[in-house]
Amino acid sequence: MKLIYLILAFIILSITSLFIGVQDISPLEIFQLSEEQLHVLMVSRFPRLMAIILAGIGMGIAGLIMQQLTRNKFVSPTTAGTEDSARFGILVSMMLFSGSGQLVRVLVAFFFALLGTFIFMRILEKVKFKDAIFIPLVGMMFGSIVGSITTFFAYKEDLIQNMSSWLQGNFSMMIQGRYELLYISIPLIIIAYLYANKFTIAGMGEEFAVNLGLNHKHITNVGLTIVALITSIVVLTVGMIPFLGLIIPNIVTMYRGDHLQKSLSHTALLGAVFLLACDILGRVIIYPYEIPIGMTVGVIGSGIFLYMIMRRKAYE
Amino acid sequence: MSNKGKLVALVVVSILLAAAFIFIDLGSNWDYALPRRLKKVYAIILTGATIAFATVVFQTITNNRILTPSIIGLDSLYLLIQTFLIFVFGSMSFAITNENINFIVSVILMVIFASFLYKILFRGNGENIYFLLLVGIIFGTFFRSISEFMQVLIDPNEFMVVQDRMFASFNNVKTDLLLISTVLVILVALYSLRLIKYLDVLSLGKDQAINLGVDYDYIVKRLLIVIAVLISISTALVGPITFLGLLVANVAYQFLNTYKHSILIIGSIFISIIALVGGQFIVERVFTFDTTLSVIVNFIGGVYFIYLLLKERKSW
Repeated sequence: MKLIYLILAFIILSITSLFIGVQDISPLEIFQLSEEQLHVLMVSRFPRLMAIILAGIGMGIAGLIMQQLTRNKFVSPTTAGTEDSARFGILVSMMLFSGSGQLVRVLVAFFFALLGTFIFMRILEKVKFKDAIFIPLVGMMFGSIVGSITTFFAYKEDLIQNMSSWLQGNFSMMIQGRYELLYISIPLIIIAYLYANKFTIAGMGEEFAVNLGLNHKHITNVGLTIVALITSIVVLTVGMIPFLGLIIPNIVTMYRGDHLQKSLSHTALLGAVFLLACDILGRVIIYPYEIPIGMTVGVIGSGIFLYMIMRRKAYE
Repeated sequence: MSNKGKLVALVVVSILLAAAFIFIDLGSNWDYALPRRLKKVYAIILTGATIAFATVVFQTITNNRILTPSIIGLDSLYLLIQTFLIFVFGSMSFAITNENINFIVSVILMVIFASFLYKILFRGNGENIYFLLLVGIIFGTFFRSISEFMQVLIDPNEFMVVQDRMFASFNNVKTDLLLISTVLVILVALYSLRLIKYLDVLSLGKDQAINLGVDYDYIVKRLLIVIAVLISISTALVGPITFLGLLVANVAYQFLNTYKHSILIIGSIFISIIALVGGQFIVERVFTFDTTLSVIVNFIGGVYFIYLLLKERKSW
């Protein structure tokens, strides 16, 4: 697949996304919008589009970095407990600093996401049996354990429905003033680009990387920090989007191979395109209501993931 | 102390705890309180024993001590069924208030799901069992995405009913349900009696077991079905307690330090009873119903799991 097709799809879907919704805005009247239409476009549609694009790019790249560093195609923020840990962090910030702003919440969520990811990496070191299937299994088990710890506290504070409502991935709340935090992911994506070659080498294994003169530990830490930060921002603003970081890099790797610098742009674009498509689908199916993105991606994503592991088995 | 002595000690402690639970603070209305407490203790013993047995067998088949049978998606499916019924018919509907129908529907659906899962995955021979688990856990995420979507839409009052179902509870277990489940559990137990003798050999690993003349696929398939039925029964009876099995099985391995399943299974059953009766005692009398037992058990089980993974010297 050429990059140009992806760019084309990206542009078409972005425009579509801007013009779908209850308030009727047609692309033909773009130069003669009424004041109300302009207001809707600027306050709701455009922020939503930006939120989708940034979240899609961010999660795609986060997944790619994780797969590279753990050398396992099935590791991603969903299957390594990163999302669940970020969610736990958000709960902690809700309990301890209830009046605080978004920034404090991101910091707390980031801290927990990082902690969770490092614990997962420690577990990986301990696992003797490095089967490609076993590792995501342990990761998801770890995730659901962090989830049960979250439940323990959420139950005490009577926050369970609250948690599940605003942590389910949902773009319908993305209006001006609620999505800007996602812009933090732009510098992170740039850093990911700068480190791309080093991640590729780190993905060849610790001994090999050190042999080539790479500070493996440093690179791993940079990578995991990017992943944890992007994940916690996305979980906090949008909510959990299961499997996004897992399937996008896998699809790209299928046709681009493991060289990170070559596949990074594809991953970023495909992440945005996929998320845009899912979001449009969710908005159209039960129009004028909409299905939250967490569910659309959860359903489609688990289908694709299942297909991928089945396909992998066919090659064995 | 020999293993026999340890087993006797476990039995004695279980009986003492059960007696304490039943007789302490019985009050003057004992003719009212006594049957209810007896029923509760009986429900605890039934589910505790079922889960402990299923987990030990499951961990032997998978040759792994950090997995628990509930992760193949049965818990999430149970929650989906309950959320769906409440979402569609309301909390006062027949499907929710009539416990018998609800129980039977849940058990049948869970068993159908499990056999469907096994069926796809055992089409060929020599399947990787971790693959089965990963597919199950992905289905779990899939179910959870759908139920979270419905939970967000449900009226908060109705959600309280859903939340009740999210956590196992031993209060208000219906007598007829206890009867049905007892009969079912006894039937399954009788069926699995002839398979239990293979467990010691199975714990040596697949290759060894086949080498020693065990019809591996035949035995493992049947044991997996036994596990699915048992977990479905206990989940439908009291609700999900995902990490109880993990906790008690590992405590049993450490405490008994043997490979003999005749001892391990009995030991873990009594450890499970001790944990549940003791836990319920603490929840009722110390926390005075401030929290639910399953939340605490999952919390402790989860923390213990992370401890096991990180602190134990041996790798998994």
